[in-house]
Amino acid sequence: MLAAAVIVFRESLEAALVIGIVAAATRPISGRIWWIALGAFAGIVGSIGVAEVAQSIAQLAGGYGQELFSAVVLALAVAMLAWHNVWMASHGRQMAAQARELGCSVVRGEAALTAIATAVALTVLREGSETVLFLGGIASSAGSTRFALAAGGALGLVAGAAAGVLIYAGLLRVPVRQLFGVTGWLILLLAAGMAGQCARVLIQADLLPALVSPLWDTSKWMPDNSAVGTLLHALMGYQAQPSGTQVLFYLAALVLIFVAMRRAQSRSAQSPSAA
Amino acid sequence: MTAQVLIRKLLPVLLVAACAPALADDPEFTLQLREHRFTPSEVKVPAGAKVRLVIDNQDGTVEEFDSFALNREKLVFPNSKGTVFIGPLKPGRYEFMGEFNQSTAKGVVVAE
Repeated sequence: MLAAAVIVFRESLEAALVIGIVAAATRPISGRIWWIALGAFAGIVGSIGVAEVAQSIAQLAGGYGQELFSAVVLALAVAMLAWHNVWMASHGRQMAAQARELGCSVVRGEAALTAIATAVALTVLREGSETVLFLGGIASSAGSTRFALAAGGALGLVAGAAAGVLIYAGLLRVPVRQLFGVTGWLILLLAAGMAGQCARVLIQADLLPALVSPLWDTSKWMPDNSAVGTLLHALMGYQAQPSGTQVLFYLAALVLIFVAMRRAQSRSAQSPSAA
Repeated sequence: MTAQVLIRKLLPVLLVAACAPALADDPEFTLQLREHRFTPSEVKVPAGAKVRLVIDNQDGTVEEFDSFALNREKLVFPNSKGTVFIGPLKPGRYEFMGEFNQSTAKGVVVAE
């Protein structure tokens, strides 16, 4: 039962944290809850669909369909999060000012919300389809352990969701003046982590060289399956034994998105009238 | 901006993918999965070389080959095979497991 709880918890944690963070990041945008909920719903429906055809996907591309599918989903999620951050960089100051004056949910931002909803859907889809397959396996298994496993799975899901609620509640305590700076950094790290994961699946399918494997080994003092390691993995793509290429992708995404954010910010500062 | 970011991110991938050498030459090792146990449970591979690791799932249930140490995660469907590339590895022991049956499906890759 505990093993089932841990598996489902690990799979749902990243999606829950992404949802919690983007919900806080888009706080002053009206209608954001509906967009995020729509993204999550689409992700869940998509997960069931993907789980259904997972075996066919796996057989594509000479047996590396799974990896290519994951890589595309991850790359799109990175692009969506990057887009959101760039949008926020050019609108953040105005949003913070309006949020202070008028309270929440006042700014129009359909473009940012579309990006956010898509990123949420993709994140849920990626981890969700594995969870569906795991739980589906349990449902089809016979015996008395079936209910214990199902209960464990439910427990893991609740724990994952709780982590998302927790980070959202924590971010709401950050003063609005600093909130978008904090969420911008969190989303930047999420995106970099996903870029590293994208490299990982492409290396696994031999579409990219690993270069050095592992580049470093911190598994002695912070193992991947420890509580802190798990949290840091979900939040910022921590891995105890990453390959060189993964680290390159991570850093490249970090720098590229950061530079794009800076450029958008300075452009909006030069022409404050452009909303 | 999105298109730019996308192109910047994808272009290097495609270039490297296009230059990737043919798959056939890498040494291959097979792990059989039966009744949620790996045979062999310890597999020796050459250090410093890229290796194909084939997981032959002979069980009637889906399994996820999973290794934190190797950075690998792959679903292997009932009565089918899945291949992951590992390495080039530094000499050492790299544990793996079947995530869906962790109590029995355990093993280690030894690079030397």
